Amino acid sequence: MEINSISNGIVIDHLQAGSGMKVLDYLNIDTELGSVALIMNVPSRKYDRKDIIKLENYENVDVNVLGLIDHNATVIYIQNGEIVKKLNLKLPQKVTNVLKCKNPRCITSMEAVPNVFHLADNVSGKYKCEYCDNIIKSWE
Amino acid sequence: MDLQGRHLIAPLDLTVEEMEGLFSLSQKIIARPEEYAELCKGKLLATLFYEPSTRTRLSFEAAMLRLGGQVIGFSEPQSSSVSKGESIADTIRTVAGYADIAVMRHPKEGSALVAARKSGIPMINAGDGGHFHPTQTLTDLLTIKLEKGGFDGITIGMCGDLKFGRTVHSLICALGRYRGVKFILVSPEELRAPEYIRDEMTDFEEVRDLSEALPKLDVLYMTRVQKERFFNEEDYIRLKDSYILNAAKLKKAKDDLMVLHPLPRVNEIAIDVDDDPRAFYFKQMKNGMYIRMALLAALLGKADLT
Repeated sequence: MEINSISNGIVIDHLQAGSGMKVLDYLNIDTELGSVALIMNVPSRKYDRKDIIKLENYENVDVNVLGLIDHNATVIYIQNGEIVKKLNLKLPQKVTNVLKCKNPRCITSMEAVPNVFHLADNVSGKYKCEYCDNIIKSWE
Repeated sequence: MDLQGRHLIAPLDLTVEEMEGLFSLSQKIIARPEEYAELCKGKLLATLFYEPSTRTRLSFEAAMLRLGGQVIGFSEPQSSSVSKGESIADTIRTVAGYADIAVMRHPKEGSALVAARKSGIPMINAGDGGHFHPTQTLTDLLTIKLEKGGFDGITIGMCGDLKFGRTVHSLICALGRYRGVKFILVSPEELRAPEYIRDEMTDFEEVRDLSEALPKLDVLYMTRVQKERFFNEEDYIRLKDSYILNAAKLKKAKDDLMVLHPLPRVNEIAIDVDDDPRAFYFKQMKNGMYIRMALLAALLGKADLT
């Protein structure tokens, strides 16, 4: 399968095969700003199979959440056909409406408030619910 | 130190110095209550109790009345617009339009934080589910301080329902800031302290047997198994009598042990302990009113803490 390269925009490479749709959903891309390609299950030297997202003519996409969903992914910024930046992903300090609190007694199960989690431990990837302090381990 | 306009939602919302200031003010109130009888005259406290309460609600109401203020509120959600499905955010916006300060108890964890963010008046968390209960912690700490003089180096046993026991969670967080405090957690496996609380302690051990821990303790904090937090009645019945302290067991304890309990008790402390000089839970209950007087006065800007 042949995929054209882009001249300006962002490429999210090395996504775990099958996760592309979910990533695209969480990135909450405004599809009217440019062209968006989701390429799924392509061969990869690094991971056997991978997904790729190409965002043509996009400059500012909040990829913070990617560190949580798939920290092995690579984010590449392209301008005039040249790679200008590669981003090393890390666990975000704060995530909003990505993780959902599993504590049935948490206020988020009742009141219309955003699900907010803060990174509690960088090594183990523990996140703490802002409201009830319930701990969940990263992307479970 | 000026606490005017602040909220009290979690046990670490107050610094150690601010807590000490509240203890100091409480002691002055205990010594000369008449000097504070009109301190909050013209101020209105709203008590929003979505869950049953005897001590906390009455002690807040008594505290405000003894400061010369007045009280409005509800003690069960069925008697308010909550029963019509009103959100916490809308309720607190309304209350903030009428009162000068509000106290809220709610079964959901984190509810007090949600309320505080929508409140234009100081909010006090009087218990949010099985999460935190910071004013009970102030009560507990005042009681220990009055008897022991301080907290450094004490060994405290927390016994019973450490999973849902909000008073335990708050007390551990607050005591964790003092030097050399050792925690011995006594609970069945199913009622262990949650991970976010275990992470707060540097020196602690977990045991299953109260008798094993008892001789080592300076303070024993007994708790009730929280029936209202269980989704399964069978689990509650199986665990409810895990630990019962009685006069015979107390023979193994130190002479200067303090037995505390946030109350209400069910049967985890036998009544033959009540007359033991080491039983402090009724004094503790009374101290709750004094520390709440100090807190209300401070948050309303009527008392400067030194």
